[in-house]
Amino acid sequence: MQPFTTHTGVGVPLRRSNVDTDQIIPAVYLKRVTRTGFEDGLFAAWRADEDFVLNAEPFRAGSVLVAGPDFGTGSSREHAVWALLDYGFRVVISSRFADIFRGNSGKQGLLTAQCEQSDIELLWKLLENEPGTEVTVDLREKTVRAKDFTASFAIDDYTRWRLLEGLDDISLTLRHGDDIAAFESTRPAWLPTTTVAAG
Amino acid sequence: MGRTLAEKVWDAHVVRRGDGAEPDLLYIDLHLVHEVTSPQAFDGLRLAGRAVRRPDLTIATEDHNVPTTGIDLPIADPVSRTQVDTLRRNCAEFGVRLHPMGDAEQGIVHVIGPQLGLTQPGMTVVCGDSHTSTHGAFGAMAFGIGTSEVEHVLATQTLPLRPFKTMAINVDGALRPGVTAKDIILAVIAKIGTGGGQGYVLEYRGSAIEQLSMEARMTICNMSIEAGARAGMIAPDETTFAYLKDRPHAPSGADWDAAVAYWRTLRTDDDATFDAEVHLDADQLTPFVTWGTNPGQGLPLGERVPDPADIPDENARLAAEKALSYMDLRPGTPLREISVDTVFLGSCTNGRIEDLRAAADVLKGHRVADGVRMLVVPGSMRVRQQAEAEGLHEVFLAAGAEWRSAGCSMCLGMNPDQLKPGERSASTSNRNFEGRQGKGGRTHLVSPLVAAATAVRGRLSSPEDLV
Repeated sequence: MQPFTTHTGVGVPLRRSNVDTDQIIPAVYLKRVTRTGFEDGLFAAWRADEDFVLNAEPFRAGSVLVAGPDFGTGSSREHAVWALLDYGFRVVISSRFADIFRGNSGKQGLLTAQCEQSDIELLWKLLENEPGTEVTVDLREKTVRAKDFTASFAIDDYTRWRLLEGLDDISLTLRHGDDIAAFESTRPAWLPTTTVAAG
Repeated sequence: MGRTLAEKVWDAHVVRRGDGAEPDLLYIDLHLVHEVTSPQAFDGLRLAGRAVRRPDLTIATEDHNVPTTGIDLPIADPVSRTQVDTLRRNCAEFGVRLHPMGDAEQGIVHVIGPQLGLTQPGMTVVCGDSHTSTHGAFGAMAFGIGTSEVEHVLATQTLPLRPFKTMAINVDGALRPGVTAKDIILAVIAKIGTGGGQGYVLEYRGSAIEQLSMEARMTICNMSIEAGARAGMIAPDETTFAYLKDRPHAPSGADWDAAVAYWRTLRTDDDATFDAEVHLDADQLTPFVTWGTNPGQGLPLGERVPDPADIPDENARLAAEKALSYMDLRPGTPLREISVDTVFLGSCTNGRIEDLRAAADVLKGHRVADGVRMLVVPGSMRVRQQAEAEGLHEVFLAAGAEWRSAGCSMCLGMNPDQLKPGERSASTSNRNFEGRQGKGGRTHLVSPLVAAATAVRGRLSSPEDLV
């Protein structure tokens, strides 16, 4: 995972709440067995509508998505995060993220910046009045800036640290291999295994 | 101070307490795997030269992509076939038990875990699938994870996690006839909203919950995720123990006694406190259906399509306007006047034997309305077999419904079972999202009883409308 410190890119206003992961990437795109190339599935149904924000020129190259509350609800599909990243997004800003989506994002290096809804309304107006406005998201300072707009955002400290350092979870956990083995030795014998019983 | 059920299960699985910013490291007792969210995880292991740490705590099945007709033939869609083939190769290479299409134990991952007795009280259960919350019905801590986490569990049998907050959902009283677990959970979601459970484990409690069967409890816990919650739980009791007894992977003999003694401790202590509490009166509930495009947009069947102009919150109003436009519904229309062309009975929410029995009971002596197709898709091949042993398939077929093989099917339309653009379904599944059941398809979430009555009348109905 690449370390994330700061990112500047075109902000995209997505005036929708409850953007579920079925909308971010419909199930038909989940049949692939690779980890890349999901950009064509991003918001596939909405992009078929020529009025959709990502079909307008300055927003097409957007990399900071500014969305309504409850972004990423529904299915746990990590493809939603891959689709956003493959398309070119580095940051999603919302006043509330679904838990699984936020967790998935942190593992892939997509920054989920949680702002007040009032700040998001201001940012939406700015991005709509001046399409193509660049937004700078600074993870060290936990700030979002665009023109004369400035707001702070929330993110949990552990995810922030891992993003700043570019560390992946499995390597971090494998440092505790002895603890895992010690725990395993204390598990009750009656707990089930998936092993098929003989006969 | 006392602890909640969720806190007890959590504490019993902490491998290592996080210090400061670092989360706790939690041990995972059971890892369920399916073909959609696992290929990239196995690939990650391969790239890093890692093994599956505990194949004996891992089990896989094919459910999302499998056709529900002609299952003896190769899968026609080449992309679906590739995904299923990839799972087969991965399970063979990494030594993971797999129940493939056609196998007697194949089925939806959340139906087969409990059915095999692998899901037990007090366990931690994960799967790359948000409806893993289903298994919480046994008093397990069960939650959906993303593909990176699937890889993490395969490699380490643990997950770094921060404790969830706890919310009590108290449902007291007795359900009226014709009102089911599905109506309880749809009412809960309508009450707290699709984000109301965010960050929480929900514990369903109260006299109405205690009276429910295991199947009904699974329906409720299944849809916890639709309220945004990570998991839903119900304290194990005699109903739970009776369900588990003599299942293939349940403990036996002295192990059974030891297990039950432990399971009896898995109750929220009287002096424990929840971070939030919600109350619902079971006596007041009536059959519930959704009118919009998220599971929180639901109302009692006797109501009318709401007018967005009456919704004070701006975001909720905009969401309602968009939903009504997508659903092609007018404010003020009685919900009972909404016609459907498709009825789907199945899914990890309502594809268990009890659901099929309830629907068959309503359908008996009736015909599916002209112009309506009804798909009955058992949650597993065992459910299908049991239903056939009871003659339920004959009731469905005599009514004009289609009797299919097991899988996720039209819940999300990854296989050929899809709505066409503009088609409208009454569905016993869990999500009414735009395009979920097929591009341009419109979904009303309902209970199995409402699904069956709707199939007969061709309009959203409850069994009492058939009298």
